[in-house]
This record gives sequence, C-alpha cells and structure tokens, in this order.
Amino acid sequence: MSFRATFATAVRVLNQLRRDPRTLALLLFVPVLLVFLLEQLFADRRVIFQQIGGPLLGLFPLIAMFLVTSITMLRERVSGTLERLMALPLAKLDILAGYAIAFGFVAALQAILVSIVAFGFLGLDTQGPSWAVVLLAVSNAILGMSLGLFVSAFARTEFQAIQFMPAFILPQILLCGLFTPRSQMAGWMRGVSDALPFTYAYDALHRATKLGVFDERFALDLSVTIGVTVLALALGASTLRRRTG
Amino acid sequence: MIDYRPMAAAPSIVVENLRIRRGGVIVLDELSLSVAAGRVTGLLGPSGSGKTTLMRAIVGVQIVESGTIAVLDEPAGTPSLRWKVGYMTQNPAVYGDLTVRENLRYFARILDAAPESVDEVLETVDMTPFAGRVVNKLSGGQRARVSLATALVGSPELLVLDEPTVGLDPVLRRDLWKTFNDLAEQGKTLLVSSHVMDEADHCHDLLLLREGTLVATGTPASVRKQSGRRDLDEAFLALIKEEVA
Repeated sequence: MSFRATFATAVRVLNQLRRDPRTLALLLFVPVLLVFLLEQLFADRRVIFQQIGGPLLGLFPLIAMFLVTSITMLRERVSGTLERLMALPLAKLDILAGYAIAFGFVAALQAILVSIVAFGFLGLDTQGPSWAVVLLAVSNAILGMSLGLFVSAFARTEFQAIQFMPAFILPQILLCGLFTPRSQMAGWMRGVSDALPFTYAYDALHRATKLGVFDERFALDLSVTIGVTVLALALGASTLRRRTG
Repeated sequence: MIDYRPMAAAPSIVVENLRIRRGGVIVLDELSLSVAAGRVTGLLGPSGSGKTTLMRAIVGVQIVESGTIAVLDEPAGTPSLRWKVGYMTQNPAVYGDLTVRENLRYFARILDAAPESVDEVLETVDMTPFAGRVVNKLSGGQRARVSLATALVGSPELLVLDEPTVGLDPVLRRDLWKTFNDLAEQGKTLLVSSHVMDEADHCHDLLLLREGTLVATGTPASVRKQSGRRDLDEAFLALIKEEVA
C-alpha cells in the first residue's frame, strides 16, 4: 500500500464527483429536504421529530454512500478501468482506502450541512453533543461505502445495483429500532435485528442523541459498526481480482 | 520497413507452452513465442484468435491454466513489472467523466511520474489541444488516443498495446506507427496487436495468430517468403489455408 496511490485515487474520485454537479447537489441537499419534510410532518408532535430526527441524520450518509459506491465500483468493473488499474503499481487497499477517504469527506460535508439545518434552523435538540452525530454519520457513511463496495461484486448492471438498496438497506431500516423499539419486536424479528449492522449503527446514534450517554453498550455499538466495516472492506477487497478468467 | 539492425539479444517476452481457457473453451493452446527487445512486434490475427487474451496474460491480469510467461526476465504478473509495462486495453479504459489531463494525472501519480510527463505523452498522441476536455465528449478515435497515452505515462520499458490504431483515420495511424518506431528506436519494446494486415509492414517482427495457435512468425519479408505472396493480406490467408489443409 502506498500513500501516494491512495491519495491519487481519493483525488480522482473527488474529481469525478466534482464533474458531476447534479449528483453532488442531490447528495448534499436531499437529506436537508428530507429532514425539513420530517419536521413539517411532525409539526404538531415535536416529540417524535426530536426522537427520530437525530438518528436519521446519522443514517442518511449510510444510505447515500451505499448507493454511490455500489454504482461507482460497478462502473469500474464494467468499463474496464478496474482491469487497467490492476495492471498498475496500485494495491487493492489503495483503491479501497482512496474511495473511503473521498466518500468519507463527502459524507462529512453532507452530515455537517444537514446538522446545521436540523440543529440550527429546525430546532432539533439532542441530549448528546451535535458533533457526535457528525462523527457517527461519517463512520456510518464508511460502513455504507464498504457494504456498497462488497455488493457491487454481485451486480452485473446498474439496475441490479440499485435494486440492492431496497433488498439490503430497507429491511435493516425497518428492523433497526427506529420505527418500533426492539423490545417490542417479536422474538424472531429481534433475532434478525441482532444480526444486522444497522441495528448497532442506529443504537449508537440513539444513545448519543436521545440519551446522551456513552456507556459500554455505546462502545459495543461502535465496535460492531467498525468491525462490520472492516469485514465488508476485506470481503470487498477479495472481490477485486487482479487476474480474471 | 527495412530494418538493418541485428535481432536484439535477450527477448523481452518469452512464452512457453501457454494454455488459457476462458469460459470452458481453450483460447490459447500450447503457445510458445518470444518478443525481441527494442523492436516493434505486430501480433496479428482475425478477431477471436486470442490476441487480447495473450496480451492480458503478458500484463498479468489473465488467469493462466498452464505454461510460463517471462516478461523482462521475471514471471508475468510480478508486482515490480507493473512499473515497467505499459498496457493499452482494447476498449478505452479511461474515466469518461474526467478530463483528458485529469485522467493522465491520475496514472502519472500512481506511477510516481513527473507532472511534466503528462504534457509529453499528450504531445506524443497529439492530444494537447484537448487536454481540458471531458473524455465522454471526445470522439472514439480521440478516446483511444487518451487510452494509449495512459500506457505511455512513466515511459515503461515494454508497451503492450491492444489494437491502438483500429478505428483511427489513415493520417493519424501513420503518425502513431511512426511514434511506435521512434519508441523502439529509443530502446523500448512494443507488442502491438491488430486485425488489419496492412499494418504488418510497420512492424519489425510479426506473430500471426489463428485460433490460439501461431501460424507464422518472422519479419514481414520472411512471412512473404514463407507464403510465396507479396501482399501480406494474401500471405496471411494463404498461411491460414495451408494450416487448415
């Protein structure tokens, strides 16, 4: 692995995003719009907005980065640029880390922007510090990126890659505890929920925002999130083959 | 072209008993050949004869069933070779959403080449006026030249170019063949594939491939002699028929 090649890849990915202002605008402003809609939706029931607003801020980047990464990496595989990169002095880890830096940066921008709007203008109030939301959002974005990278190996077309979003992400959002507390779920559902990474990402956000506590369970949440990220990156790296048939 | 230089001493590429299977079908069967250093070797043959597969194997991105390939005295695929071998894929493997210069700068950064080398290769492929253009907005021929430029970045010792002149206009084709000969003059080794027989006369040596086996090798003059035809196109057809008979 080399710092130079990693950095070059990060710059290249950011340049690609910069050349696509529409995608960049969608990435940055759609979460803001959604949070605004949410606040309006629960204008009479502020409690609900306060309860789900914070965690939701931290989950947007996860979803966005999952989509962006799975499509971008699929393009690299299909267009032949990945094969070309494999003939260059560039480690697989350079490619992955380059992507992580570039998308982590965009995710941070996204999280900061939506946090400014939510905390500053929409009156969202959390127990924990708002920077914790931003930090968790970035770590979730990198989780989303690593999951997107991994599943891109199983898609042949961009249509398939997009379909991984409802297949992979929506069940996790339903079961993570955002809509119904996990303690009220049926036993089997809770068991499934225990096995899904979103559950831990959400729980960490919930603890940081609603409860404002950074206890042992928070540490466990964070470790699971980071652990799954590393695992998905390792699995993703194993799908980047230097030699193909 | 008349080449007065003696055949160079150590070959840059030595392939022995190479067998490659793709999708269950044997594409290259017990292929043995060598490519002399400091010369332009044309790899000619109809579509589907295995040219691209052989080139992929030489740059180390193809799964090989059996046999050996030595490139610059090292087994093909050795990491250090990625610094010394420039590869141009058959379909342009460049980022369509980046400008020509951004693409080349990425390759230059990975290869630790000086920023000025980007200007040099742009000049070589005659793309300086288009440096600031986004690749997707270029014509097919221009895109092919950008792809060629990426292979030239870092001035590698060995260039493996997969159909670099296909689809280009005659003037540009002549210029590129002159460039290839100039590079050989500077001591570089070039392996250039084509399915257009007229291009054979631009090469010092020829490798004629048909259905994964070598039909003829030697200088254009000796290939003519073997077949008894003056026109290389006819010579090739004659040699293929001989093989079949």
